[in-house]
Amino acid sequence: MAVTRSFAARVLRAEGVPIVLVLSLLVAAFMIAAPQVFLGYRIYMAFLASVPPLLVLAAGLTLVIAAGEIDLSFPSIIALSGWVLAYCTHELGSPWIGFALALLAGAVVGYVNGILVAHVGIPSIIATLATQFLWGGLTTVFSQGLSYSLGDIDDASLWHLLVGRIGPVPVQALWALAVAVALWFVLNRHRFGEHLLFIGDNVRVAEVVGVNVAREKVRVFVLMGVLAAFASVLLTLENKTFFNTQGGGYLLEVMAAVFIGGTSVFGGQASVVGTVAGAFIIGMVEAGLVATGLQGFWVRAVVGVVFLAAVIGHLVLDDPERGGDLPRALRARLERVRRSPS
Amino acid sequence: MRTAALPMTSTTRLESAAVGPAPPRAAGDFRHIVRLDKVDMTFGKVRALSQVDFEVGRNEIVGLVGDNGAGKSTLIKIVSGLLRPTSGSVAVRDEPIHLHDYSVRMAHALRIETVHQGQTLGEKQPLWRNLFVGRQIVGRFGFIDVKKEKAIAEQILRQAIGFRGAGITAESTVRDLSGGERQGVAIARAMHFEADLIVLDEPTVALAVSEVRKVLAFVRKVKEAGRACIYIEHNLAHVHEVADRLVILDRGRVVGEFAKGAIGLAELTSHMISLHDGRAHGGD
Repeated sequence: MAVTRSFAARVLRAEGVPIVLVLSLLVAAFMIAAPQVFLGYRIYMAFLASVPPLLVLAAGLTLVIAAGEIDLSFPSIIALSGWVLAYCTHELGSPWIGFALALLAGAVVGYVNGILVAHVGIPSIIATLATQFLWGGLTTVFSQGLSYSLGDIDDASLWHLLVGRIGPVPVQALWALAVAVALWFVLNRHRFGEHLLFIGDNVRVAEVVGVNVAREKVRVFVLMGVLAAFASVLLTLENKTFFNTQGGGYLLEVMAAVFIGGTSVFGGQASVVGTVAGAFIIGMVEAGLVATGLQGFWVRAVVGVVFLAAVIGHLVLDDPERGGDLPRALRARLERVRRSPS
Repeated sequence: MRTAALPMTSTTRLESAAVGPAPPRAAGDFRHIVRLDKVDMTFGKVRALSQVDFEVGRNEIVGLVGDNGAGKSTLIKIVSGLLRPTSGSVAVRDEPIHLHDYSVRMAHALRIETVHQGQTLGEKQPLWRNLFVGRQIVGRFGFIDVKKEKAIAEQILRQAIGFRGAGITAESTVRDLSGGERQGVAIARAMHFEADLIVLDEPTVALAVSEVRKVLAFVRKVKEAGRACIYIEHNLAHVHEVADRLVILDRGRVVGEFAKGAIGLAELTSHMISLHDGRAHGGD
């Protein structure tokens, strides 16, 4: 008995298992509620086309949060890099140059963030909030507030390489998977990732063991910038359109995906596997609810419920004693509310 | 529940495994493993160290004592590469150091290891990461050889620290360890990398009496192995017991030096109290 229990406990503690279970339950629920949609493959191909930008962003942000920092500027990178891609395609006729410059733009934005945080010493939540306004605003200026339609971009080799289809499978799903796998190895098996974990855990400890804290912070912001630019390119190519407001809706969804996946908001502990599952949960709820016949109005409320359930689940697994405290604390609170006179 | 298990249950094993004889070095002879000349350290308007001359012989245990704020931690942060002095010079093995390049990494390369006061381990990280962070065993492209690190970590835990039967493995996270166990891991890390100079900044704070004896035994073994140690300690009895030489810091200055036997414990204690009183009444 004890053996089975400890085995179960170990499986549950393996990276991302609880949240992958939640994702499976969600899919199962959708299959029951809307079998005509969720037992076919088309809906999954649609997810594989729409989730990758979210997934790439969330996987990158996981590393930033592992280091105890945050990046709020990526929505503006999605706008800026998308504009760079669209402009180069339109004006120069070269999506490839646009792609390279879009990634470069993301790297520059990330580098500026890194310098502001690591060398100037501005807390990242403030620095990246400011640069979010700055680059978003500049994108509006550059684009004159216009959108670009890239109707014939699916003739370009870049389009086929990044967002084409292999049979029914959207290629961007493979790219996103590759990014997630690479980031898992970077975080868990590379010196850089270990440094990020120690910086996020306790920056003083990182210093005394010889980690170059400033350099590693700059690097993680540059990485995030490049990944945000890549996500932007996937998004812009898939939509075949550039809006100067694109990216605006991603901020909270990406953060939700990271935290649903079990990454600690305090840094020092992060799960790329969890983030991947979190991104799919966030990306699937809307389509799933609509398919089951519930109104789209419910989407955010359901995300909220899943989010809370996931976070509480991680809390309980992480510290079973605190998990046990939760019902007790709730009861005590209820008792107090009942007893208070007014 | 674990007992307040001692990090170093098997003292003999510990030292024989970790503090073997220093291997021969091409660099040849040197008198001082580290020497500071006329070192000043200021933080804004605060002068933490002024004109400090301080040296440690190649096989010497130097006890560094002084009140809170005397500058002890600042001094050892300079030695360990965390801080760059405002002025003055530092030499390691009688060779002057380019202070601009000096860093924790360089100190490690020069085989100077420091066990800093308080937090020196990442709480949420497993022990194997804590033992090797900053000096990971890496293959190509900087990827960590996790298998090798874990194997060596297990070996250190079992042989050098003597964590046996306490359910502590290389995978245990630091927050599951007692204060003494944590200190054991931090010291074992310093020992594993075969330092010629081990700097211990108040290693016995928050340790049980029996654990303190093990730390002191370890300091003696450092001496026997031909290595050097800077030992910072609030408890005068402990430091008086093991140090070859005592250096007293007060308000950023070296105000006294005593060779072993030159001053008794009672005398040292009253000396420190008089410094403290002078500071309280006549201080600037």
